[in-house]
Amino acid sequence: MKLQEIVDSLSLEVKTPSSDLTKEVTGGYVSDLLSDVIANSKEGHVWVTLQTHQNIVAVAALRELSGIILVNNKIPEPETLKKAEEEGIPIMVTSLPAFEIVGRLYALGLRCR
Amino acid sequence: MPDVVREGVFFLKGKDFDNAGAASSEIKAVLEQMGVDRSIIRRAAIASFEAEMNVIIYTPAGILRYKIAPDYINVVFDDVGPGIEDVDLAMKEGYSTAPDFIRDMGFGSGMGLPNIKKNADELKISSQPGVGTNLEFIIHIKKINEAPGNS
Repeated sequence: MKLQEIVDSLSLEVKTPSSDLTKEVTGGYVSDLLSDVIANSKEGHVWVTLQTHQNIVAVAALRELSGIILVNNKIPEPETLKKAEEEGIPIMVTSLPAFEIVGRLYALGLRCR
Repeated sequence: MPDVVREGVFFLKGKDFDNAGAASSEIKAVLEQMGVDRSIIRRAAIASFEAEMNVIIYTPAGILRYKIAPDYINVVFDDVGPGIEDVDLAMKEGYSTAPDFIRDMGFGSGMGLPNIKKNADELKISSQPGVGTNLEFIIHIKKINEAPGNS
């Protein structure tokens, strides 16, 4: 599934205008602990988190994740967006809490594998 | 021993979250250029990132030195303190001495050193409380593709 389809289906707000939304999303992972994401997420996963600082971009780039979804209308820090544009990591925001957005991603067919 | 094909040095400054991850991202990029197997790149990037973050989170400053040869990756971290009181305890998943503001950022969950151990083929840690810590890991490269730059 392409990232664009997820953005459209779940009305996500894309915060990185130069993002490549044609990326293939292979699954999803949800966690606010960075080491947990590093250890257990997989390439192409979309990552759901409430962390907004710039180190989330380094983690996503390291694991070659397809994008980051910030929950509860969290506002990413300006440095986070700058880094995300540089690294080509799309950052999206939803007003929904993590439980809700993960449920919807699951309903779209995404799994954690 | 085969020749080193690439080496580098990074100065890591404590609490410098702006530049955190720069060293591990360079190591990852070099391995990609060399056409190293993706699972090895992943392991090297994870181990380097976790160790780099440890220096940035817990110490005033440190130095990272890396060497990449055709058949191994060697990364050495030397920091100026505070040292680890009990290395065996620090290796236990979930054990952490991180302050609250570090935990709020999603770091300090006690998974860093175990993640390094899982991903490295060899890991050595020697630490002197009040003086500093030396952490060194090696990852063996089993095979290098002939054609570089195919990432």
